[in-house]
Amino acid sequence: MLKRVHFGTSILPFLLVAPQIIITLVFFIWPASQALYQSLLIEDAFGLSREFVWFENFIDLAGNGLYFDTFRRTAFFSVTVAGIAMASALVLAAMADRIIKGALTYRTLLIWPYAVAPVVAGALWVFMFDPTLGIFAYALNIIGVDWNHKLSGDQAMALVVMASAWKQIAYNFLFFIAAMQSIPKSLIEAAAIDGAGPVKRFFTIIFPLITPTTFFLLVVNVVYAFFDTFGIIHAVTQGGPAKATEILVYKVFNDGFVGLDLGGSAAQSVILMIIVIALTVIQFRYIEKKVEYS
Amino acid sequence: MAEIVLDGVRKSYGKVEVIKGVDWKINDGEFVVIVGPSGCGKSTLLRMIAGLEAITAGEISIGDTVVNDLEPSERNIAMVFQNYALYPHMSVYQNMAYGLKIKKIPKDEIDKRVQRAAEILELEEYLDRPPRQLSGGQRQRVAMGRAIVRQPAVFLFDEPLSNLDAKLRVQMRLEIKKLQEDLGITSVYVTHDQVEAMTLGHRLAVLNGGVVEQLGTPIEVYEKPATVFVAGFIGSPSMNLLEARLDEAGAFVVLAGGAKIALPSPLGEYGGRDVTFGVRPEHLEDKGKGANNLQLSLNVRVVEQLGADTLVHGTLGENGAELVARLDGIRTLSQGHVLELNMAAKSIHLFDGKTGRRLG
Repeated sequence: MLKRVHFGTSILPFLLVAPQIIITLVFFIWPASQALYQSLLIEDAFGLSREFVWFENFIDLAGNGLYFDTFRRTAFFSVTVAGIAMASALVLAAMADRIIKGALTYRTLLIWPYAVAPVVAGALWVFMFDPTLGIFAYALNIIGVDWNHKLSGDQAMALVVMASAWKQIAYNFLFFIAAMQSIPKSLIEAAAIDGAGPVKRFFTIIFPLITPTTFFLLVVNVVYAFFDTFGIIHAVTQGGPAKATEILVYKVFNDGFVGLDLGGSAAQSVILMIIVIALTVIQFRYIEKKVEYS
Repeated sequence: MAEIVLDGVRKSYGKVEVIKGVDWKINDGEFVVIVGPSGCGKSTLLRMIAGLEAITAGEISIGDTVVNDLEPSERNIAMVFQNYALYPHMSVYQNMAYGLKIKKIPKDEIDKRVQRAAEILELEEYLDRPPRQLSGGQRQRVAMGRAIVRQPAVFLFDEPLSNLDAKLRVQMRLEIKKLQEDLGITSVYVTHDQVEAMTLGHRLAVLNGGVVEQLGTPIEVYEKPATVFVAGFIGSPSMNLLEARLDEAGAFVVLAGGAKIALPSPLGEYGGRDVTFGVRPEHLEDKGKGANNLQLSLNVRVVEQLGADTLVHGTLGENGAELVARLDGIRTLSQGHVLELNMAAKSIHLFDGKTGRRLG
């Protein structure tokens, strides 16, 4: 039986939680319910008339082949972004964990990209890879790669994946290094005495012990790839060429604010919401079982 | 099976020297305990033998090999850590087998060794459990098991019992001693605990400020401490150490309060010098016991009853130096009572007032 603390009835506790509740209501619950409601409407492009159509918007999406293409693209995009961002961060953190001199400088520099706004990050990458001006495009040209992400869908996808992953590496790095540093040093020393070299130690001791962090980052990275990459894609490719980089969240924006199909766009965002909730639930139910919390 | 030889071993962190030249030879099969106050460098010294800390100067050899530049894994040692350092994601069995697997020892041989170690340490029924489901004492045993299965030339212990409660500590102390005797593996054991230091090892090294103040059997260290530091550090309650002066002839010690104690054998060559006079609390006895005794009178201040014996804290004369006596049995003494005490001539210690070295 847990002990409970009893306070006299007073308005103070309610006042103290009020800001959080108001923020949640205004910025999360209200827009979400608006989206839910709007997904059941068809509205003309000027907002002059609306009609309640039940699930017609969803039925339209279900019969739309392009929508399923976007689905596949999003799956590919998020898996590669999460994979690259986590793998590179893990390697960097493992290296940073071993160095002693200049560790602080190294860490600080690695954390910087996280402070760059997504659109600015996108602008940087666009500039570096610009087919006519970009330094990387120039370098690639020298080694015989004809780089033009404005024409090639695959190259455009590669570019947004790189930009999105690059931005997330800093965040992942921060968590990985914190997790590695919380492993008692004597464990590593014991493994060293047992004859395990640095690589063996990483795979048999360090990596298994940071699984809680890895799992947490997996959830965060997938959600990041689904939603927060909008700014990067918008700055780099606007979903093009020929929708080659249009992921679900970008299609929501495009159909709603460019195509002015508000109902259809709302229906898509409801589906997106359900997918992310489902993904998170799956991750917690199935992957978390493999996680070792000590 | 190997001897460990340290030759002028030094360690500095930047400009701070923490180990200031240690030379000793640990014989094959010997159990040596390193004891000292915290920060004296005892763990550093052990970690240097293990290869976890680089050596600034000097040479360490294990067996016939100089190990200065060898990795910890190549030194044929096993180490037991203070926090046990068990791998939390592996079962007890996997913990013990980890090092053997890396050495690519055949599976059935690994199994045989782990089962054998589990038998010795009474861990058979816990082999499948993760360390977090074990008690402190069991974890400690797993850590020892992990050391045993490797069949190393040298065991290193870094304060292995300090995380256990008092009762378990006594039990594990006996087990470690027995285990070391049975296996006959050269062992170095670091501790700050008096009792462990006295009981465990064949020899005791008292370390202070990066210098070995004395290396000898526990009884030698107790009976003939080489320096004031060793005298004060070994023994509990610690030795009474009083400022004093030898008279010109070196026949009497004159304590700060004016009390005079005749020496059993005069120290003529030290006549007139400042000295530190020492006597252990347990060597102060009631007047009338024993023969050829030296006398003191103690003004009782505080009495601590321990059951088996009684600690009497007091001063020499009215306001003289403070002193502790450990008397047999239960005594009821009130404050201000004057206690006449004797001590045997052979139980007094004299140290040079300047260098702190033992005289005579």
